[in-house]
Amino acid sequence: MDGIDRREFIKLAGFGGLVFASGLPGCAHLAGPGGGDFHFLQLSDLHWGYNIASVNPDFAGTLPKAIAAVNSLDQKPDFVVFTGDLTQTTDDPKLRRARMQQVREMTSKLNVPKVWYFAGEHDAALDRGEAYQETFGETLRYTFDHKGIHFIVLDNTSDPAPILGEKQLEWLRADLAKLSRDQPIVVLTHRPLFSMYPQWDWATRDGQAAIDLLMPFPNVTVFYGHVHHENHHRTSHIAHHSALSLMFPLAPVGTVEKKTQVPWNAAAPYKGLGYRDVGAGPRREATPLEIPVKA
Amino acid sequence: MERRHFLRASVGFACCAAGVEVVALAAPRRIAVEARKFQFTPSEITVRKGETVTFVLTSVDFPHGFSLPDFGVRKDLIPGMVLEVTITPANAGRFHYLCDNFCGDGHDRMSGILVVA
Repeated sequence: MDGIDRREFIKLAGFGGLVFASGLPGCAHLAGPGGGDFHFLQLSDLHWGYNIASVNPDFAGTLPKAIAAVNSLDQKPDFVVFTGDLTQTTDDPKLRRARMQQVREMTSKLNVPKVWYFAGEHDAALDRGEAYQETFGETLRYTFDHKGIHFIVLDNTSDPAPILGEKQLEWLRADLAKLSRDQPIVVLTHRPLFSMYPQWDWATRDGQAAIDLLMPFPNVTVFYGHVHHENHHRTSHIAHHSALSLMFPLAPVGTVEKKTQVPWNAAAPYKGLGYRDVGAGPRREATPLEIPVKA
Repeated sequence: MERRHFLRASVGFACCAAGVEVVALAAPRRIAVEARKFQFTPSEITVRKGETVTFVLTSVDFPHGFSLPDFGVRKDLIPGMVLEVTITPANAGRFHYLCDNFCGDGHDRMSGILVVA
């Protein structure tokens, strides 16, 4: 952030109602908490249908609470993107569709100009994304452009194996071939593209191939979900940022032996749950800011 | 003669020509590992450091994955097929194996621990 410490800005903004300090010295381009020309929100890993009260006793209320918080923002985001695992998986195709429909109805209450969705493995891996596409009408991978940034949504979840696949990599190669090298790119995907921790299934087997294709572009940022906690990593110049969940946190690698859902802390309700505000613009790296769910 | 039986019959001991050294050449220990929604049996396997073991892998109900990333091992377990993987752990430790093909609601807990003592 230009001229102001980002944490300081967070304090100034106060979260419940974000105030964008475009008049602050050194913040001429500040239009979002990361200091970009615009901002968007990333909401991830809703796992709608999950109902283990010892982990989240407010499993039915956390998403509505987040939606209300977004709607209360003074500075509306340009768009919201849901980065997968909208629903908790189920073998029952009817229940899967019902859960997705409920998510669709709840998220339709977002008072923002545009909402983008894509699937996680809980949504898509058991039927190759059939129910997801029926409900949300989105393809599993797509691109869009917004205020000078090229957004690429990659699907590493609709195959039961955590892969992108040759066909999609060829699609990505063809898409990138149309861009100039100085084109800023934001990649949105569910699983980490880099090999974060394959021992816990936190990887995309052929994710490195996508990273290799993106390497020639100097301004690339990847936002993803899946791991249910905040993590920031770089593969060379490419930044990778994982998002918080809106249902249950997962303990980071190194803190527990096995992949573990973090139990509810009554002394700090909703701890580890939240969403993300991203400041973005064509002349800067997209910068995330985590926003906790408040009790 | 079936190769497995031949090995059992002939390689229990090998005497060197000079007759001064006896070397045990036992065939690798075979450990059956069965995958089914949403568990591996066994879910914990203990081997000795330097011991060569062969995992005999099967799946009952889904093309589960068997991934042992620390040893560079991963296989797709097609129901009805038997796959074998042989490793010789060089270092002690606790290593995860997991299903890495999404198989349903319990997929995230379908894992086990290889203990190398």
